[in-house]
Amino acid sequence: MRGLLAGARSWWQHPAFARGLREMASVSPGLAAWGLMTGVAMVKSGMSTFEAVAMSLLVFAGSSQLAAMPLITAGAPVWVILATAFCVNLRFVVFSAHMRPYLMHLPLRWRLFQGYLTTDLSYVLFTRHYHHPSEHVAERREQLAYLSGGSLFNWLSWQGASLIGIALANVIPTHWGLAFAGILALLGIGCSLASSHLRRVAAGVAGMAAVVAYALPLKLNIVVAIASAVALCLILEESWPKKPGAVA
Amino acid sequence: MSGPDLNGTDLWTLGVIVGLALVTVLTRCFFFMSNQSWHLPHWAQRGLQYAPIAALAAVVVPEVVMAQGQLISTWQDARIYGALAGAAYFFWRKGQGQAVLGTIVSGMVVYLPLHLGLGW
Repeated sequence: MRGLLAGARSWWQHPAFARGLREMASVSPGLAAWGLMTGVAMVKSGMSTFEAVAMSLLVFAGSSQLAAMPLITAGAPVWVILATAFCVNLRFVVFSAHMRPYLMHLPLRWRLFQGYLTTDLSYVLFTRHYHHPSEHVAERREQLAYLSGGSLFNWLSWQGASLIGIALANVIPTHWGLAFAGILALLGIGCSLASSHLRRVAAGVAGMAAVVAYALPLKLNIVVAIASAVALCLILEESWPKKPGAVA
Repeated sequence: MSGPDLNGTDLWTLGVIVGLALVTVLTRCFFFMSNQSWHLPHWAQRGLQYAPIAALAAVVVPEVVMAQGQLISTWQDARIYGALAGAAYFFWRKGQGQAVLGTIVSGMVVYLPLHLGLGW
C-alpha cells in the first residue's frame, strides 16, 4: 500500500502531471458534450438512474456504452452484447500493443489501472508527446506523470458531464427522441473510421447484412454482420491492389 | 421515469454492466496484461482494421432504417434525414476539429423539427 502511494505521488508531484492535465483540458469541451449526451441517451434508452450511473462509472467507454444500449433494451443475450462491445472497442487493443513498451516496467496492478483509464484522447495526446518509450527511470516517471495527468482530467470531465446528462434526462420528455443523439454519435465515430476503401466496404456490407439478417433471434444479426464484413474484406484485401500511401 | 428509480434496476442489466466494464479493461490492457511477449495471428491483425467500423454500422444502420423489425416503407421518417445531415456535416468538415460533436448537433438540428414538428 505504501509502495502504491509512493508510486502515485511520484507521478502527481511531477511537473509533467500538470502539463498532461492542461493539454487534456484544451481538448475536453467536445468530450464533455459527448459525455453529456451519452448520459442523456442511457436514461432515454430505458435504463434506471442507478443503472445509468453504474454504467458510466464502471464501463467508462462511450462508444461501447452507446452500442450496448439498444441491445440491452432488446434483451439480447449477454454474449452478443459483450461481443459487440468488444468489437467496438477493438481500437483499444491496437492502442494497447503500442502502449506495451511504455508500461511493461510497471507492476500488473498499475498497468491495469493506467490501461483502464487510457481512452482515445489520452492515448493520442500521450503518443503524440512521447514518440519512444524510455529506458531511464526519470524519463519513465515523466511519461507516466504526463499520462496520469491527462487521464485524470479526461476521467473527471467525462464522468462529470455524463452524470449531469443523467440528471437532465429525467426532466426532458422521452418523446423528444433524444436517444437518437446516441445513434448520431456512433455514426460520427463510424465516419471517422471510414479512412480506406475497404473500411467503407466493411461498413456498407455490415449495415446491409444487419438489416437483411434482422429477423434472426438473439440479435445475432449484429454478429453475422460483423463476421461477414470482416471475412469479405480479408478476401478482398488479397485481390485489391493497395494504393501507395493509403491509410489502412 | 423521474427521480432515483431503483425499482427499475434489475440484476441482469447490472450483470451486463459489470461484463462491459471487464470488456473495457480487457481491450484497453490487451497486449500488456501478460508478461509474455506474443502476437496475434496475421489474419486477426488484419481483421482488426475492419471489425470496429463493421460493428458500428451493424448497430447504427438498423436503428436508422427499420421500425418494428421491418425496413421502413415511408420517406417520412426523421431519422433518415437526421443521419444524412450528420454524415454530410462530417464529410463536409473532412473529419477535422470537433467533427463528431458537429455530426450529433447537425443531425439533431434536422431530426428534432421533423420529429417534434411534423411527427415523422
